[in-house]
Amino acid sequence: MIFTPRLVIATAAVFAVVAFVGLLFTFERPGAIVSQTGYRGVAMEQNYNPRMLVAQQARNQPPEAIEKVDPDGQKASEVYQNVQVLGDLTEVEFLRTMTAITAWVSPEGGCAYCHAEGEELSSDKLYTKVVARRMLQMTREVNTTWKSHVADTGVTCWTCHRGLPVPEEIWFEDPGRRSASKGLIGDPAGQNAAAPAVGLSSLPNDPFTAFLVGGKDAPIRNISQTALPTDRNTSSVKQAEWTYGLMIHMSEGLGVNCTYCHNSRAFASWEQSPPQRVTAWHGIRMVQALNAGFLDPLRPTYPASRLGPTGDAPKANCATCHQGAYKPLYGAPLAKDHPELTVPNPQGQGPQPFRSSASR
Amino acid sequence: MAMLSFEKKYRVRGGTLIGGDLFDFWVGPFYVGFFGVTTLFFSILGTALIMYGASLGPSWNPWTINIAPPDIKYGLGLAPLKEGGLWQVITICAIGAFASWALRQVEISRKLGMAYHVPFAFSVAVFAYVTLVVIRPVLLGAWGHGFPYGIFSHLDWVSNVGYQYLHFHYNPAHMIAVTFFFTTTLALSLHGALVLSAANPAPGETVKTSDHENAFFRDTIGYSIGTLGVHRLGLFLALSAGFWSAVCIVISGPFWTRGWPEWWGWWLDLPIWG
Repeated sequence: MIFTPRLVIATAAVFAVVAFVGLLFTFERPGAIVSQTGYRGVAMEQNYNPRMLVAQQARNQPPEAIEKVDPDGQKASEVYQNVQVLGDLTEVEFLRTMTAITAWVSPEGGCAYCHAEGEELSSDKLYTKVVARRMLQMTREVNTTWKSHVADTGVTCWTCHRGLPVPEEIWFEDPGRRSASKGLIGDPAGQNAAAPAVGLSSLPNDPFTAFLVGGKDAPIRNISQTALPTDRNTSSVKQAEWTYGLMIHMSEGLGVNCTYCHNSRAFASWEQSPPQRVTAWHGIRMVQALNAGFLDPLRPTYPASRLGPTGDAPKANCATCHQGAYKPLYGAPLAKDHPELTVPNPQGQGPQPFRSSASR
Repeated sequence: MAMLSFEKKYRVRGGTLIGGDLFDFWVGPFYVGFFGVTTLFFSILGTALIMYGASLGPSWNPWTINIAPPDIKYGLGLAPLKEGGLWQVITICAIGAFASWALRQVEISRKLGMAYHVPFAFSVAVFAYVTLVVIRPVLLGAWGHGFPYGIFSHLDWVSNVGYQYLHFHYNPAHMIAVTFFFTTTLALSLHGALVLSAANPAPGETVKTSDHENAFFRDTIGYSIGTLGVHRLGLFLALSAGFWSAVCIVISGPFWTRGWPEWWGWWLDLPIWG
């Protein structure tokens, strides 16, 4: 076979046409729904593909309501043993809550998912029961001390679990790829991994360990106040990439883009930001507090099969509750039918004090 | 104004697209023509409307004057004059003026017996503008998707539209456009350096010819595109930059609503990975 120029050009043209036609199928077709959130012409807008919204709406429905009960009767703590959190409820209220939790968390496993078969109901033999108790306390913590984020909408087990014993959107510390040479190539810092956590971008793919478990001073904000680096201004592009990774996670988790919370002409300026940014700011602090105070300390409770590749406990980020919606379940007020989940934790049942990662 | 000695030869009648001899004359050194008149009409009206819009706004600071498009709720209908209607009329004036200017270039090209490279090149820039303020807004269903007319305000629009797609550098057409922009400047710098070097020899040496220029690039990179070819290449690179810029914005929204990094999922989904 002779490779004449004409043959080469014809072959290249065929390949180009095939590739181009193939690429056309990677796009969406027109018909976007756009909602404007800023002054006209500022391009602060949210874009939605109606076909994808339909699929997402199916995933974000509130649970079937559990019928209310007559609150009269004996207290659960007097009827049952080892009721540490819900003891103030009457027996019927307590059973209603148990029914609800079963429907929200383990509709398939039923009561036996937490209450070991053949054991007393009071038995703490299964780790799932110990975790569930702590989750009730966490839910109360969210509904009482984090109204800055959840307002009166509140959360229940359903907000994260959606009928699954393990919520779909949890995260573990990412062990990362090992680089062949520490010297020349250095630490890839989780970059260039096309990770779903950062929307398939090349940004550091585990901003959660960096920003969402630590104390209150996780250095998310990274704005240079001087033109050049100084002793006091150590902000770097590399650091910004970590923040950018976290922000992409927030966008993907909420199904919104950067302009939902920021006017990108001045990301840092609160005066120019939509009010949603304040809610989101509290949300970040809430997730930090829940991970540090409730979820991470549960590590010794879990069997090894529930832990991450580095042995850490499953933790929460924005997507855990939001699951692609700007408000979890589009703002369905879940907590109003469950006042037992909206009372403050008594002394000693709240978050564990934060320990630095060195002591964990 | 005095006419240059050779200029008379180019001042030929005819070659007009419409109107025949109407306006087929010169004012001083400037050809008028039917499209010169329409250009003047649209640009004076449009500029006056921008001044009117500025007078309604909070500032005469040239950086912050802002003529914003309507709210999205007006869709593809007309908006009240002070709530984006001005932007709509000014957009009509701008397109009228740009198209008139391109057609005036066509008429001049015909008078000079030239091909249409100049109006074609200018049309690509006009096409990019029309993509921004007509094609994309129509595809998205609202004039409010056009960009605002103002120095700062249009930059804010560009920034926010970029961040609507989380990371615009992942937009494949944006990548191609940026590559063409940079290649344009690279080619121009190579070409300019070559011409200046050939035309400014060391003291005592003669000005170099294109043979010398060809030899230089053949020695350096193994190939010389030639004196005519470099201008064809330059035109192609520059127009491609503008064309792919238009593509990169028209696919953002009408043909993709998510973050651009996610678009590359097709690469990860190819059935070639182990």
